[in-house]
Order: sequence, then C-alpha cells, then structure tokens
Amino acid sequence: MSINIVLAILATSSATYISRFFGVITSNKVKETSKIFKWFNCLAYSTLSALLVRIIIFPAGALSEVGYLIRATVVLFCLFIFFISKRNFVYPTVISAIIMTLLSEYL
Amino acid sequence: MINTKYFLKGFFCIKDLNSPAIALAASFIAIGALFKNIGLNIQESVFSTFLTYALPGSLIMAESLMVGASLLNIFLAVWLVNARLYPMTVSLFPLLMHKSQPKLKYYLACHFIAVSAWLIMKENYKSVKRKYRLDYWIGVGAANLLVAISATAFGFFIADHLNKDMMVGLAIVNPIYFLCVMVNAMKNIQMILAVILGAIFGILFYFISPEWCILFGGFTAGTLAFYMGELNVN
Repeated sequence: MSINIVLAILATSSATYISRFFGVITSNKVKETSKIFKWFNCLAYSTLSALLVRIIIFPAGALSEVGYLIRATVVLFCLFIFFISKRNFVYPTVISAIIMTLLSEYL
Repeated sequence: MINTKYFLKGFFCIKDLNSPAIALAASFIAIGALFKNIGLNIQESVFSTFLTYALPGSLIMAESLMVGASLLNIFLAVWLVNARLYPMTVSLFPLLMHKSQPKLKYYLACHFIAVSAWLIMKENYKSVKRKYRLDYWIGVGAANLLVAISATAFGFFIADHLNKDMMVGLAIVNPIYFLCVMVNAMKNIQMILAVILGAIFGILFYFISPEWCILFGGFTAGTLAFYMGELNVN
C-alpha cells in the first residue's frame, strides 16, 4: 500500500470517528426525555436534510455531470412512486437508478 | 459480551423489505469503482470503507487524493462534512444507554453510526428491550458495514465494466433512498419542520459557504424547528 494513501485513509477515518466519539461522550449526559435530546433530534434530521439537498442540488462526483432538469425529474418521479407504492422504499430506489441511467444516456 | 440473540436480530434487519441494503450497496459499488479509478488497490479500498464507513467522507477523500490535497486539508474537509455524525450520535445513543453495558462497548459501537444504520435503529428501538438495545445496534451496524465492505470490493472488481451513465445511476440510489426515509420520518411538527427547513437552509447557506452549508444550515434549521415545535406544543 502506498504510504500517502494509507495516511489519507487514516486522516479520513479519524476525522470521521471524532464526531462519533464526542457524540458518545455527550450522550452520557443527555436524558432521552430531556429537551436537549429533542433539540439534538431536530439537529440530526435537519443536518441530514441539508446534506441530502447538497448531494442532489449541488452534487460532487458522478452526479455533477447530469443536468438539474434530469436530477429534478428523477427525484420527483421517485417521490411519486414512493407515495403510490404505499411508502415502499425499494421501488423508488431501484427505479431511480434505471431512470437516471437511461436519461443521462439518451438526453 | 454481546447477547447473540439480539445481535443476530439486529444483523438480519438487513434482509427486511425496506432495509437500506440496496441503496448502501449501490453507493459503495460506485465508491469501489472510484477508488480503483484513482489508483487505490483492493486492500486500500476495503481498508478505507472498513475504517471510515461514511460515504460523503470517502468521496471527499477520493477527490482530495485526485487533486493532491494535503493531509490536513483532507482531515478538515472530511471532519466538516461528517460533523453531522455528532448530532446523529447524540440523538441515538441516549436511547441505547444501560448501566449493565460496559462504557468501552459504546465507544466501539459508535463506529457504526451512519445514516443507513441510524435510520433503522430510530425506527426499531422501541421494539427492543433497553438492556439489549446496544447489542441489537451492533448487529444492525455490523450488517450494514459488511454490505458496504462487500460492495466496495465488488465495485473495485467491476470498475472496468461500469460506464459513466451506470456510475450516475448508482450515485442517485442512495440520495433517493434517504429522501424517501426522511419523508417517511416526518411524523410530527418538529420532524416536518426539521426536514423542510434543513433543505431550505442547506441551499441558502450553500451560497454563503459551500463547505459549512451542511453544518450551519442544519444547526439553524434544527434549532428553529425545535423552538417552533415547542411553541406549538405549548
């Protein structure tokens, strides 16, 4: 293994583990019935939501090569599938890959 | 020690119809292929997923390696994008705390915090006795990590057969899965506000600082959602 790549992996994993580690330390002092727990719950969902829009609207990597219109079409169509399939997670997930591949190839 | 019954119960959650296995596998297949394309070998690719187990962080590491960024740059960029794991841990681990479990187990088990396992646990924790929730969580986390590692290796080996359009198809799967799970989680006023405001503030803060938009957007939206929810309850 190249030493630079190993160091990069170690830097990435330690940067990731820090947040988890401090999360456990904080958790020792937080009661699940407290308001601060409810606040952290809101923070967790809103941060995930912010991450999600960042990935979909301002993507990095492969998705950035696809236009806004195609991404918006796939997202809206998959949400439609999600609701008509009585909130099944599998159908929209599988269909998203197929539609995205087809649209990015033919449009 | 780990209670095997609850560990296996958590582990086999991955077989459920609504489990994140497909989304997780698709994303890590793409990551495995990306790792190969930027010059990592199979050991490095698997080692990276095993140690990091967070998709956006792995993506940033790959992009940073491509542009030759310094270790400090990689560390800070990954820390920023993965700081979301902190509120995720604090909003889950108090539910798993039990005096019979050794503290060290929590510090090891927190490695499994990632959106996929976290969402499963948030849905299922009430159905598990408090004393065994940590063992159940370790089962859920181990299954998800195993899927991620296997998919990374698979992606690495089939990288030469994946064209650009297939990579795009794989990349959209995880966001769509999470989007559906988040919409499904919008069950009370605080959750509805947290998700909607998170999306709005995430976009707004992107125009101010793309690096900090997830943290600032999430913090502002989450705090507003909490207070608005509390006002509504009162």
